[in-house]
Amino acid sequence: MTDPLVNLDNVTVRFDDRPAVDRVDLNVHRGDIITIIGPNGAGKTTLIKALLGLQPITSGKVQRAPGLVIGYVPQNLQMEATLPLSVRRFMALSGRRRGECLKALARTGIEHLANASVHHLSGGEKQRLLLARALARKPDLLVLDEPAQGVDINGQAALYELIRELRDELGCGVIMISHDLHLVMAATDKVICLNQHVCCSGFPADISHDPAFIETFGQSVAESVAVYHHHHNHRHNLHGDVVFGQSSSADSHGGSCNHVHH
Amino acid sequence: MSIIDSLLNDFFWRALIGGLGVALIAGPLGCFVVWRRLAYFGDTLAHSALLGIALSFLISVPLNVGVIITCVIIALVLVAFSRTRALATDTLLGILAHSALAIGLVTLSFMPDVRVDLTGLLFGDLLAMSRDDLLWIYGGAAVILALLVTLWQGLLMSTIHEELARVEGFPVERLRLVLMLMFSLVIAVAMKIVGVLLITALLIIPAASARRLARTPEHMVALAMVFGFVAVSGGLALSWHLDTPAGPSVVVTAFLAFLVTYSTTARTAA
Repeated sequence: MTDPLVNLDNVTVRFDDRPAVDRVDLNVHRGDIITIIGPNGAGKTTLIKALLGLQPITSGKVQRAPGLVIGYVPQNLQMEATLPLSVRRFMALSGRRRGECLKALARTGIEHLANASVHHLSGGEKQRLLLARALARKPDLLVLDEPAQGVDINGQAALYELIRELRDELGCGVIMISHDLHLVMAATDKVICLNQHVCCSGFPADISHDPAFIETFGQSVAESVAVYHHHHNHRHNLHGDVVFGQSSSADSHGGSCNHVHH
Repeated sequence: MSIIDSLLNDFFWRALIGGLGVALIAGPLGCFVVWRRLAYFGDTLAHSALLGIALSFLISVPLNVGVIITCVIIALVLVAFSRTRALATDTLLGILAHSALAIGLVTLSFMPDVRVDLTGLLFGDLLAMSRDDLLWIYGGAAVILALLVTLWQGLLMSTIHEELARVEGFPVERLRLVLMLMFSLVIAVAMKIVGVLLITALLIIPAASARRLARTPEHMVALAMVFGFVAVSGGLALSWHLDTPAGPSVVVTAFLAFLVTYSTTARTAA
């Protein structure tokens, strides 16, 4: 296997005394699509900010491949309305040539908005603009923080599909945070469930081909919604604290599991 | 040569030429104040200029130098303190702004030998513009404009989205520092025209007027310069003919231009 684009080794981030990210190991390789899921306050955004070098870490190690070009799609683009800015100009600030910028806009389907003001875009259009900007940089690694925010349900599926296509075209690695569990499952290679620490991680495809799963849910559901297998040696109580060694029926994700995913 | 010389011998023209030089740098920096919501921060730096003046007398260094150094130190203290998040930023700015002003005034009162025109320092003085001041203004303007042109892309990008700028490799912290240096410099040179209490107005009002008409960031900067020119020349004319204080006259003119712009243009797009 080639060297990872980015490698997190036992990374901990503490705010005051509370760990926001607790001893996380993570590798992202070229071609990976990794999705981080987890409840609110689980440290998902903190984790990718640590990965990006935006968040100082308390302990552990973050290694980015030398010369790594990162395309970052932040959670939301809240821009100061006093700053007049067109889509075209915002793209040009990436430092890439005009043709490449327009091509990236076309790729995310908003080339008709090139002359619009960024302040007048809808939530979905803003997400596509941010994605186009990341794309224009021809990234080795695409980092997305809830890319489908403010996007309607049809748009969400299309957006994840687009992200997967971009991975194929650019040959880049993708790591993203998402709340849209079902849509993510279809588009992702590996899911990491985070609740400060890594609860579990797995490949959704494994379980969607499981005969028992297909028998229960039917072929079409199994293909569209790949629910991944979830092995736990612990549970979380309502406060998210870890409780070890409860009933064994909670070991895999079923109706009795009190593990909350958003 | 003789025309320029005679112009420079006339204090009104010196004030006007100086004022135009100030408008040239107040335009772009004013835009950054508006974009980055630094109005209160600029006010704090301007207030601390008075402390800088008092300290300059105390240790006998040129006023401009004392003011720049004091403003830079206050700016660094502000950045350091705001990182600790012990106090809300506006509280912190309020404390520093008024304390710096008060300490400056108290310190000056301890120096009976030093004759300073306090009203002139606080509200600007038409007569105070010397040839040396003109050199400071245009020297400062040259430095600031050169820095702005060189660092424009990074300054703009880190203003639009700081984290995105950082991921894309812009030295966000260093750019912030340079911006503060530029604010300190503009305060030191603009002090003569509008006085420390009204400098922020000369930064904000032309930029706010420009926003209504601007389509791009650069367009807004150019328009802010024009509005600054209008404010300075109108204000000085007012001061000259009606014997009103220079600084307030400049600010009143800027405000009138702002009102006209906002009442005559529709809510803009870009």
